[in-house]
Amino acid sequence: MTVTSLSTPSSLQRRTPAARVTQRRVALSEWTKLFSLRSTRYTLFAGIATTIAFAIIPALINASRWSTMSAHDKATFNPLESSLIGVNLAQLALGALGVLVISGEYSTGMIRSTLAAVPKRLPVLWAKAGVFGTVTFALALPAMLIAFFSAQAILHGHSFAGHDIALSISDPGVARAVIGGALYLTLAGLFGLSLGAIFRNTAAGISTFAGILFVVPPLLEVLPSSWNNAISPYLPSKAGQAIMQIGNPAHTLGPWTGLALFAGYTALTMAAAAAFLKRRDV
Amino acid sequence: MIEARNLTKRYGDTTAVDDLTFKVRPGIVTGFLGPNGSGKSTTMRMILGLDAPSAGDVTVNGKHYADQSAPLHEVGALLEARSIHPGRSAYSHLLALAQTHGIPRSRVTELIELVGLEAVERKRAGQFSLGMGQRLGIAAALLGDPEVVMLDEPVNGLDPDGIRWIRDLMKQLAAEGRTVFLSSHLMSEMALTADHLIVIGRGRLIADLSVDEFIRRHSRSIVRVRSPNATELAALFASPHVSIDALEPGLIEVEGLTAPEIGEWAAAKGFVLHELAPQQASLEEAFMSMTRDDVEYHATASIPETEKVEAIAA
Repeated sequence: MTVTSLSTPSSLQRRTPAARVTQRRVALSEWTKLFSLRSTRYTLFAGIATTIAFAIIPALINASRWSTMSAHDKATFNPLESSLIGVNLAQLALGALGVLVISGEYSTGMIRSTLAAVPKRLPVLWAKAGVFGTVTFALALPAMLIAFFSAQAILHGHSFAGHDIALSISDPGVARAVIGGALYLTLAGLFGLSLGAIFRNTAAGISTFAGILFVVPPLLEVLPSSWNNAISPYLPSKAGQAIMQIGNPAHTLGPWTGLALFAGYTALTMAAAAAFLKRRDV
Repeated sequence: MIEARNLTKRYGDTTAVDDLTFKVRPGIVTGFLGPNGSGKSTTMRMILGLDAPSAGDVTVNGKHYADQSAPLHEVGALLEARSIHPGRSAYSHLLALAQTHGIPRSRVTELIELVGLEAVERKRAGQFSLGMGQRLGIAAALLGDPEVVMLDEPVNGLDPDGIRWIRDLMKQLAAEGRTVFLSSHLMSEMALTADHLIVIGRGRLIADLSVDEFIRRHSRSIVRVRSPNATELAALFASPHVSIDALEPGLIEVEGLTAPEIGEWAAAKGFVLHELAPQQASLEEAFMSMTRDDVEYHATASIPETEKVEAIAA
């Protein structure tokens, strides 16, 4: 590389118009940061793709085998759950991306540039949460709708006890479950982001995220079932996923109560992240 | 203007910065000189509010950095450690920083041209050489057209062309009335660039003086004298203020007398001189002797202070 201009152009002497840091500007900056990394685009795509793929694949399998399935299997088949199952994988992708949105700044040293530009610090956390949350919801909602409608279209025409097994979006609780799934994914992403800000380390953030959402629930199954039934509805993932259930399953919080509890956990984690960010050396 | 008052930073038992008080004035280039691990980078991080002081205080243009409404217009900084995401292009990196202050895209393009990165502006910064990374860091520092420019070891990794470019740039920025504060562990670099020096060792202030003063005070004047009468001359010059080194038969080095003084004395006694040559002791030696007592890890096998500090900070 050669130096093309050794002299300083006169423009250096011109003061750029006096500006100030605002929350809106920091959000714009975070938008640029989010989409200027290739890994972000890949991970977002992976989250969407799994949501849709894992709706279509089970629908195809069940539809093709419907005529030979036992009456018991047909009776217990849940056409809603099977079309929203991809959420389980998508939450891992989005949670990991949430962690990376902030831990990636610490691992690379970018955080020093970021906080030198915004030394009040908290606007950075709010901007990251706002931008990442909005982007996640804006992608998760269409993904959930596509997943639901494609799965139901595949199941359509198959019946059990005289009823078509395919659900309609206007069936009771169905629209709430589909839209709620997108809300759940958004909260999972924000939960990951808060953990990333607390741990400032990608590996610690992602493993804690996965531990809380995936590892703790099965661990509780070793407890006496009365204990497990009393505790597990309040776990973050169980509480949050109550929004995607229809009917009135046992040992589950109400859909909005559960989602609100998960939102509460996320808000608490975010508050802890804010307190640490404000206080710690970089 | 940067003002530090009793600035102190402790990490556990280690005191990285110890009761520093100094002012960095506008209109000149101030060098921040000290051996590696002496606390220069920690001091700079405290100026930017990245690290909180354990005691004392530092302000920029009369305010704490975090209280500035447009910090990038007040201070432009290049920190020693890389502060760039390697997956992001140079252009996106600068744009994201610019956007926090509403600085227009045209300014980003201008800076990329200034530092000579046009050809690689869309490349991921992780593929940059050390020198290119340094240029990108300098572009980021100048983005907000800041009153204070603070660079930590800016010439690291630059080729000779780049080093001269930095020197000229710093001098120009100072001539425009800005405060220019740059750190180095090399006195020779400072002698070429800086007007004023703040010297620290083990986190403590050792000297705060102009470069001219430093050179006057610390460069010893040694005169090399070659003469068949070297032994007699040595006896003649002997005094508490003069030290004499006999290098080989017929060759001595005299410290404490000027070349004219030696020549005149020799002429008065009728001694023949074959060589009378003033020797300039290097500034690097002067700086090293100044900080020798303050360097924590001469030849011992202990961990250098920087690593300790980083280990604790991490």
